[in-house]
Amino acid sequence: MTERTLRGKVAIVGVGETTYYKHGKSPDPEFVLALKAILAACADAGIDPRKIDGFASYSNDRNEPSRLAAALGLPDLRFSNMMWGGGGGGGAGAVGNAAAAVAAGMADCVVVYRALAQGQFQRFGAAAPGGVASGEPALNAPYGLMSPAQRFAMRAMRFMHENGIGHNAQRAIALAAYAHAQRNPRAVMHGKPLTAEAYDASRWIVEPWRLYDCCMENDGAAAVIIVPAERARDFQHKPAYLLGSAQGSEYRNGARGHNAPLYATSSFTTVAPRLYGMAKVKPSDVDVLQSYENFTGGVLMSLVEHGFFKAEEANEFLVPENLMAPTGKLPLNTSGGNLAECYMHGLELQIEAVRQLRGTSTAQVPDVNVSMVISGPMVTPVSSMILGSGETL
Amino acid sequence: MTTATYLRPGLPTPVPENDGLDKPYWDGTRRGVLLVQRCKACGTWQWGPEWICHKCHSFDVGWEEVAGRGRIYSWERAWHPVHPALKEQGPYIVVLVELPHAGNIRMLGNLLGDPRQEVRIGAEVEAVFEPHDDAKPPFTLVQWRYGG
Ligand SMILES: [Zn+2]
Repeated sequence: MTERTLRGKVAIVGVGETTYYKHGKSPDPEFVLALKAILAACADAGIDPRKIDGFASYSNDRNEPSRLAAALGLPDLRFSNMMWGGGGGGGAGAVGNAAAAVAAGMADCVVVYRALAQGQFQRFGAAAPGGVASGEPALNAPYGLMSPAQRFAMRAMRFMHENGIGHNAQRAIALAAYAHAQRNPRAVMHGKPLTAEAYDASRWIVEPWRLYDCCMENDGAAAVIIVPAERARDFQHKPAYLLGSAQGSEYRNGARGHNAPLYATSSFTTVAPRLYGMAKVKPSDVDVLQSYENFTGGVLMSLVEHGFFKAEEANEFLVPENLMAPTGKLPLNTSGGNLAECYMHGLELQIEAVRQLRGTSTAQVPDVNVSMVISGPMVTPVSSMILGSGETL
Repeated sequence: MTTATYLRPGLPTPVPENDGLDKPYWDGTRRGVLLVQRCKACGTWQWGPEWICHKCHSFDVGWEEVAGRGRIYSWERAWHPVHPALKEQGPYIVVLVELPHAGNIRMLGNLLGDPRQEVRIGAEVEAVFEPHDDAKPPFTLVQWRYGG
């Protein structure tokens, strides 16, 4: 029996994004943003948009594939897929789902997309006023536990307590993102550098997280195009081959009322080993990493669970110079990421991972062959993926 | 004058799920009784509530009264108000409390007292029932304070 794997079966050949706006500032409705990002990805690949035959997204994206297919005049919609779960946990997973469809012959050209216009719709960080709460929210909301930051802070607090991790570890993640954003003219925080002093002086959102530990909220859209590996060289740019994809979460991660047995995790303890197993690479092979920052503490746990260092090494490893492109040991969030480029729900991280393989990042790491993305820590399910150059196949 | 409740009124009112799953818990708090799930078939403690025992898959998951004490497993202090009712609140503490005498299930609540007090993971806490009799419908929250 042949090995069941996605390794080397598909490639990302096009990436597209709209201008990134502060939340509520998009001049376009959300559906227009989605269309613009998809068309930009097609233009980047050099493909006729009518060749698209599938869509995959996550986090209950409001822009349905059938409406997109009708709007774009697609002759044949062959695949449409929504990954369960909120937050950005499905960012890499949606690529994996699209890849599975392409590898299995269900579709030939699948777009993974995400569009957000938080002025048109409600913001993530704001709770709906009044009313009643039932089920899981009944256990949380009456205690003032409502926003994503409030839902996840206690996981990071426990992890930092168990492992003696100080605030400087989280600060390094924020400083690296902001430093990279200063080199990226697309970044919402371009021209707004962050110093350690400004970080330390920033207000608490919810301990252990200050303002700069939390992602922005933005409007915009992003899209990537996935085709079979055998066609990947027919397009304009160097292909980014999918080496590995994994999603899910460990034992009873979703137990209600904060009763996940492991609790102090970013949900990747079983996902990460499966990812490396499929990709056939080790953490030390990863040249550059994009790791979804909803909150810096989530990145901290993601890096540990993906084996870049042990929890007890976090204080030593997480210093800005180790995370900076091009010379750091582990260049991290090289576009500025969710903290400082744009909170495009993490899909901007997939695009930056592709840029690093093409050699076109504004904070380029030399000779990238293995480029990794971790999506949406602490929610469930989560996902991560590894892209590789042609040399890794 | 101090308010009768730890957080100002106006936050969402907890109500049992429309399938009745957690109704015994909410009814219990109104009587000052802390009820959590315990499987009648295998004795496994379970929280939050679910229709099936995660250990043995029995649907005969009963409710058992537990002593309202535990120790702080994790905590957070919220500063940024995300809800209109919290605009004038100032900081407040949420604790996650594990109950060693009930299979280490964990329960949420606010830590009563000074919202700027130091919080110690592992510290012993005891439950306090906080009625909200004027809410529609009325409900009672389980809160926590040092001691026990
Ligand atoms: Zn049982």
